Amino acid sequence: MRGFVARRMAGMALVLLAVSLTAFLVFNVIPGGDPTVRIAGRSASEQTRAQVREDFGFDRSYPVQYVRLMGQVLDGTLTSYPDRVNVRDEIVRGIPATASLVIGAAVIWVLFGVGFGVLSARYAGRWPDRVVGALAMVAISLPVFWVGAMLLYYLTYRVELFPPGGYVGLSEDPGGWLTHLLLPWFTLSLLFIGVYARVLRTSMLDAEHEDYVRTARAKGLSERRVMTRHVLRNALVPLVTLFGLDFGAAIGGGAILTEAVFDLHGVGQYAAGAVDSLDLPPVIGTTLYAAFFIVLMSALVDIVYGWLDPRVRVDG
Amino acid sequence: MATHRASLSTLRRNRGVVAGLLVFGLIALACLAAPLYAEHVAGVGPEANNITGTFQRNGRTLDVVTPGGRPVGPGWSRRYLLGADRNGRDVMVRMLYGGRNSLVVGIVAALITTLLAVTLGLLAGYLRGWVDAVIRGGFDLLWSFPVVLLAIALGTALAIGGLELGPVTIEGDSLWIPILVLGAVYVPYLGRPIRGQVIALRESGWVEAAEAQGLGAPRIMVAEILPNLASTLLVFGTLIVANNILTEAGLSFLGAGIQGPSWGSIIAEGVDRPTTAPHLAIVPGLAIVATVLALNVVGDGLRAALDPRARVSLR
Repeated sequence: MRGFVARRMAGMALVLLAVSLTAFLVFNVIPGGDPTVRIAGRSASEQTRAQVREDFGFDRSYPVQYVRLMGQVLDGTLTSYPDRVNVRDEIVRGIPATASLVIGAAVIWVLFGVGFGVLSARYAGRWPDRVVGALAMVAISLPVFWVGAMLLYYLTYRVELFPPGGYVGLSEDPGGWLTHLLLPWFTLSLLFIGVYARVLRTSMLDAEHEDYVRTARAKGLSERRVMTRHVLRNALVPLVTLFGLDFGAAIGGGAILTEAVFDLHGVGQYAAGAVDSLDLPPVIGTTLYAAFFIVLMSALVDIVYGWLDPRVRVDG
Repeated sequence: MATHRASLSTLRRNRGVVAGLLVFGLIALACLAAPLYAEHVAGVGPEANNITGTFQRNGRTLDVVTPGGRPVGPGWSRRYLLGADRNGRDVMVRMLYGGRNSLVVGIVAALITTLLAVTLGLLAGYLRGWVDAVIRGGFDLLWSFPVVLLAIALGTALAIGGLELGPVTIEGDSLWIPILVLGAVYVPYLGRPIRGQVIALRESGWVEAAEAQGLGAPRIMVAEILPNLASTLLVFGTLIVANNILTEAGLSFLGAGIQGPSWGSIIAEGVDRPTTAPHLAIVPGLAIVATVLALNVVGDGLRAALDPRARVSLR
């Protein structure tokens, strides 16, 4: 088991290295990527440009530039090009909003996703299943940002029930924190509730036909016990994978659309801004930050799997 | 053959699939007819500004955009059936042209994803060894990027500079940019399950028989394994088109998608000014939901008809 964990961790480091290298290469190869023009301005003379290239080290070879950039990532001195803002500080500033949004939404989507999934499987083929199935189908077909925009329009502009976006710190004003996050939580969790309910329904119905469930019934265990201990417990395993990947991507800044609609100023919105202005250092910084969570969560999922099912460990 | 006929009749009996196909077909037809509508009904193109103009609705003369900057809303008239945007452009015309863009991008990108995923999945799953290791590494790498962020990055960068691929030059405002971006980022989502299926199929008796007959690897991959992937590809393909339309709308909303009219960019305009022109956000959103829902229902029905045990899912 320890060897398995160590292998996974080494693999993680390797993937992060590859991610940073890819981001660096892509940004230096694509035509719009050259930062000199953006720093010096479009009308700058060739002399000024040469000066900028020298000051920022763009005249050095790509390997040198890459190593210097990664050094800055590691010691936290990475700064954006045109306006010289520290990237780590900006990411850290976005974490409370992103973490509040994603952790809160994750609690909601797991509770309701599992609840609706169980309901659906329990009444498979009957009307509660049909209603949940139809609602879940709609939920996975909604554009996230549009749901957010509609909620904002009807519940803050038409009826002034909720504040119009923005993030309020939990320690500053717990009440404001909550009211500012209720709509974003709902918006972000809607899709996942639909997905989880559908996946859990399928895997519960699959588990129903397993031998161990028939054995449990044959032993004379109560229906309730069979459902919770045998069916549900095994059916939750695929949700572990889903949750690990979804949560990792969202906390890493993947909830960009929700953050943008509600103007929460989280990590995702910072990343989107950096990408939009094609600023390499914050792009590398936020990409690595996001990739770290995605890779970490998928490693955790593998480890949890290895713990649940020893056969997985052999394959690595 | 018998099973195919059986699934076909299951499909026809599945009212959801029929309804989904009908809705999607109608939307696609309407979007295809965009130039006809623009010319014969509205009489204006998608980019025709008309900020200071007036038009007739129910015998009354209305400002297209009021002096206060409020665009006219939906109403029963040939022009501005779904109202105007803040430049005085006809929203119905832009919806149809935008829908054309959204559908073309969603469908062509899904074809590219499928083609790449099948090729890579076949090679990795059948040849194994170092080929498998390289392809799997590539999937893992792409998988580790946050999809939306990656797509925005590529979309923005390419929109500024365009793209030169040898003799082919793609302009920054070409539809090919969102198509290629979306086509690339979802490859691992399909490539991984395909690879898994190929590995399972490779162990099957008829592949062993083909190998024993001395058939070459390309022949076995294309003639023996590929046909068995068809139902997975059909189901997945439908779901990927639905997913692409959603993602593209999100990218356009953030300004990194289609350059020109698209459902996502019309919503973005409406979201900017919710109080003056709510119809700009509401109408294209409903169009997206109808299209994506129809495709998801079809995909779900196809899965049930073709392979009840398949548990493919894409988000």
